[in-house]
Amino acid sequence: MKYLHDIGQYFIMLKDVFRRMTKASVLRQLIFKEIDDLIINSMGIIIFISFFLGAVVTIQTALNLNNPLIPKSLIAFTARQSIILEFSPTFISIIMAGKVGSYITSSIGTMRVTEQIDALEVMGINSTNYLVFPKIIALLLYPFVIAISMFLGILGAYMAGVFGGFIASDQFLSGLQEDFIPYHLAYAFIKSFFFALILATVPSYHGYYMKGGALEVGQASTTSFVWTSVMLIIVNYILTQLLLS
Amino acid sequence: MIKVEDLHKGFNGEEILKGITTEFYQGKTNLIIGQSGSGKTVFMKCLLGLFSPEQGTIKYNDVDYSTLNAEEKRDLRKKMGMVFQGSALFDSMTIAENVMFPLRMFTKLKKEEMMERVNKVLKRVNLKNVNHKYPSEISGGMQKRVAIARAIVNEPKFLFCDEPNSGLDPKSAMIIDNLIQEITHENNITTVINTHDMNSVLEIGENIIFLQKGNLAWQGNNNEIFKTENEAVTNFVYSSDLFKKVREAQLKGL
Ligand SMILES: Nc1ncnc2c1ncn2[C@@H]1O[C@H](COP(=O)(O)OP(=O)(O)O)[C@@H](O)[C@H]1O
Ligand SMILES: [Mg+2]
Repeated sequence: MKYLHDIGQYFIMLKDVFRRMTKASVLRQLIFKEIDDLIINSMGIIIFISFFLGAVVTIQTALNLNNPLIPKSLIAFTARQSIILEFSPTFISIIMAGKVGSYITSSIGTMRVTEQIDALEVMGINSTNYLVFPKIIALLLYPFVIAISMFLGILGAYMAGVFGGFIASDQFLSGLQEDFIPYHLAYAFIKSFFFALILATVPSYHGYYMKGGALEVGQASTTSFVWTSVMLIIVNYILTQLLLS
Repeated sequence: MIKVEDLHKGFNGEEILKGITTEFYQGKTNLIIGQSGSGKTVFMKCLLGLFSPEQGTIKYNDVDYSTLNAEEKRDLRKKMGMVFQGSALFDSMTIAENVMFPLRMFTKLKKEEMMERVNKVLKRVNLKNVNHKYPSEISGGMQKRVAIARAIVNEPKFLFCDEPNSGLDPKSAMIIDNLIQEITHENNITTVINTHDMNSVLEIGENIIFLQKGNLAWQGNNNEIFKTENEAVTNFVYSSDLFKKVREAQLKGL
């Protein structure tokens, strides 16, 4: 019962977000701030993780491919496929659920418990639009972030593969281009777009409707991380089923 | 002036306000008093239009809120200012930005004109050199003053304050009370203040509404409250020893 109520309330919130728009000049400023907080401030960790994840995938693959009949270029092929299809879009999104998600929940939750949201409402502002809309717009840049992550993942794969002595540079580069299906990239970016919507709205929901005080803000962030991850995994499954099979 | 008639409000089947009829006067500090949990905040949020009552009418200078369309409600909102219990300043904005916020939302003033208004109200609440500070960098008493400045910057006709001096030391509390009263008189505002602080009742209780378990149990001013025979009121007022002594002195005719 409670889940049904939550799901209903979540969609009502989504509808409210687009109902009464905040003044454009104010909104513009909020969007730039969110781009800074949500996207720019996450780049460091995304760069770091993508690079090393690419490197580790390559080493793992290389170590498991010791049959001399299998061409070495398969190492690059495997790294490319796993980075583009899953590691960059999905794994990075789970990390973002922890970083960006808990930031969103705790900042909106704090505004709720300290009556800052009431203060917005008193001034006749649609608080869901004011708080959630700029986050959704900022996270429209998320597919670009994932593109960067893919690039760095593959760069990490190249470095680990070539400098680790597992594969020669030209072998890697030819493997990278083997059987390339552009639709896989489209699939990854469509996925990223839906993940971005989840990352912007599910944590917002948990912050916006929370009750209690500072302690509950912490709890809400944890719950928010769990639910955002669960939603990402479910939507990942559904989209993969719809787009690839 | 605000006129309230037969106001009912509840949550999940539990009635919190059980039919309140009263008036709040213009140019006066109107106090809503009562124990914690008696429904003061709920009452105030109904007055602000944050909660919609199940039954009853609220009239602002003879305009019935429930008959207004969305646009007219917004216009009425512009004439209201609110000071929240915990100040509710936006912590991502500086003091100046906080105070300027209602002007940015509601007016088409130029940046310089807004700055001028901001500086004027900050001066009115006796704050200097805080424009570029963040709320977390100033004391609780100063935050309250900023909250007052933000509430009055757009020259409201109605000012609402939810326990404006809770969490402050007695001296700061007194200063805040007096500030609100002065501003009310200067600008002829209808001011409504929630409080359970007897010092405030004594100092600025020009019109007092006593709530008990969601009912209006008594109404009067700060002279009358010490003379009333109403038992609920005397129990509330004389729960403090100091006031008990004042009462005894009064009865002895001192
Ligand atoms: N949003 C809400 N949902 C459910 N119950 C509420 C809500 N707001 C207040 N209440 C209940 O209403 C009662 C009165 O609360 P309140 O008006 O905050 O008291 P006061 O301000 O006088 O201390 C309390 O029992 C409180 O639990
Ligand atoms: Mg209260």
